[in-house]
Amino acid sequence: MTTIDLVSYEDALASYDPVMGLEVHVELGTRTKMFCGCSTELGAEPNSQTCPTCLGLPGSLPVVNAIGVESAVKIGLALHCEIAEWCRFARKNYFYPDMPKNFQTSQYDEPIAFNGYLDVQLEDGEVFRVEIERAHMEEDTGKSTHVGGATGRIHGASHSLLDYNRAGIPLIEIVTKPIEGAGERAPEVAKAYVAELRELIKALGVSEARMEMGQMRCDVNLSLRPNGTEKFGTRSETKNVNSLRSVERAARFEIMRHAAVLSSGGTIVQETRHFHEEDGSTTAGRIKDNAEDYRYFPEPDLVPVAPAREWVEELRKGLPELPRVRRNRLREEWGVSEHDMQSILNAGAVDLIVATIEAGADAASARKWWMGELARRANEAGTDLAALEITPVQVARVCALVAEGSLNDKLARQVIEGVLAGEGDPDAVVAARGLAVVSDDSALGTAVDEAIAANAGIADKIRAGKVAAAGALVGAVMKATRGQADAARVRELILERLGVEG
Amino acid sequence: MPGITREEVAHLARLARLELKDEELDHFAGQLDDIIGAVARVSEVADQDVPPTSHPLPLTNVMRADEIRPSLTPQEALSGAPAQEQQRFKVPQILGED
Repeated sequence: MTTIDLVSYEDALASYDPVMGLEVHVELGTRTKMFCGCSTELGAEPNSQTCPTCLGLPGSLPVVNAIGVESAVKIGLALHCEIAEWCRFARKNYFYPDMPKNFQTSQYDEPIAFNGYLDVQLEDGEVFRVEIERAHMEEDTGKSTHVGGATGRIHGASHSLLDYNRAGIPLIEIVTKPIEGAGERAPEVAKAYVAELRELIKALGVSEARMEMGQMRCDVNLSLRPNGTEKFGTRSETKNVNSLRSVERAARFEIMRHAAVLSSGGTIVQETRHFHEEDGSTTAGRIKDNAEDYRYFPEPDLVPVAPAREWVEELRKGLPELPRVRRNRLREEWGVSEHDMQSILNAGAVDLIVATIEAGADAASARKWWMGELARRANEAGTDLAALEITPVQVARVCALVAEGSLNDKLARQVIEGVLAGEGDPDAVVAARGLAVVSDDSALGTAVDEAIAANAGIADKIRAGKVAAAGALVGAVMKATRGQADAARVRELILERLGVEG
Repeated sequence: MPGITREEVAHLARLARLELKDEELDHFAGQLDDIIGAVARVSEVADQDVPPTSHPLPLTNVMRADEIRPSLTPQEALSGAPAQEQQRFKVPQILGED
């Protein structure tokens, strides 16, 4: 493998202007495949979810999944696209073992949705509009396992094994128009676009869009042109960049690589490239086929799709609030900064906090527990917040117990620990562990008297008017009661006993 | 006349993974050229009033509910496979060493 002397990012941008095109494939969350009734359930044993249609056996006929079409229209509408009044599927012909039919059923010159945009918000709040070229319906391919090579890669493999459970799962491919004018922020725009698209897809409920599960995959097309020129340079296409961070890194790497090639007088080859997670680099794949080599033609086995205007309008009315609009609304309602909101989003806590507030908590408390104690525990466990064994309703109950004074923060953390350990609802944990705050004067009185007796010097200072010193005695009482005392009441009792006004 | 050249036939044969001998290329190029010529005459007859047709039936929106139907068993699915391993279709090396 040849190593490239990269040009630094700053130097690359000093001479060149990046133009990007992003292609995102989203696996829909339908129960069945796009053109047959086979299940799409993940994790099934190999080749247990296939039929003559998705195996491409002679005589089988596809029929399109109604929810697949509906999801495509919803995505198109949410991306402000026009929805085709009439469109067809097309066969994309190629020989490769991942597609047993030897063609992929896709759409070619008649996508179901076209000409839209998605506004994405960068971390500093700047909004960048990404124009959408098209969104079209197609199907996923089978899963290959390469055997015999050193690293499970296709190069050097002696043979490959195919599981066609995934072949035929509905995909929507969303293609941007060339993204120009992002300049040095191009990698950041790419990442923000994919992140926003993912939020949108999730909000529409058409897919869980989990990138780590391959439910959403991104190809990054990138070219450079000398600053001040119009004509696009030759592009490279980095395939299957499958995390938000990787999208940003791939774009950044390609900018530096292209700049290195161009500034040394070389030319960029139009090719696909593979992204390497370990070091963020890309390496050459195959030289890109020309489109006509796929010999697209209208799929004769499927009739055209003609979404009725009334139906499209009905779907438009049913669209949820767009994620960016919703986030900005929540940010104002919660009174948090752009930066904090970004952290909440990155932590996957937006919906959890919303649900906790809906269950009765105030915004500040809901945010405090999810972004504090719970985020810490999720981090420790190496899991998502949503995967923690605690519900928003339970968190809201903890907030309520704190608000009414039954728990202090220290005890609340123990209650959360109990809930996470499967000890039941917060009230059950409080009862079982005996965690309620003690504010009963007779129970606290002894501890207060002992604290005063053991700290005579401090008690004298307080008697002499140094009320601030009471904190030390409160601390002693808290320690003696293992944190279960009502600190405010303890303070009152101490001052009362010492004859001082609070 | 649109027609098709011998080079185009060779290219298509490669894309379709068909191994054609030189004389076959000559033979098929001539035949395919005739067929394309014959089909092209349809567009001469069809005027503006005849829209392009990809389906013989005036049907649209034939869809199925998103309901699971039984699949083949893995054994049935693999029954026609020339080779199999680990309940998967076994295929020859896809890419050679670069």
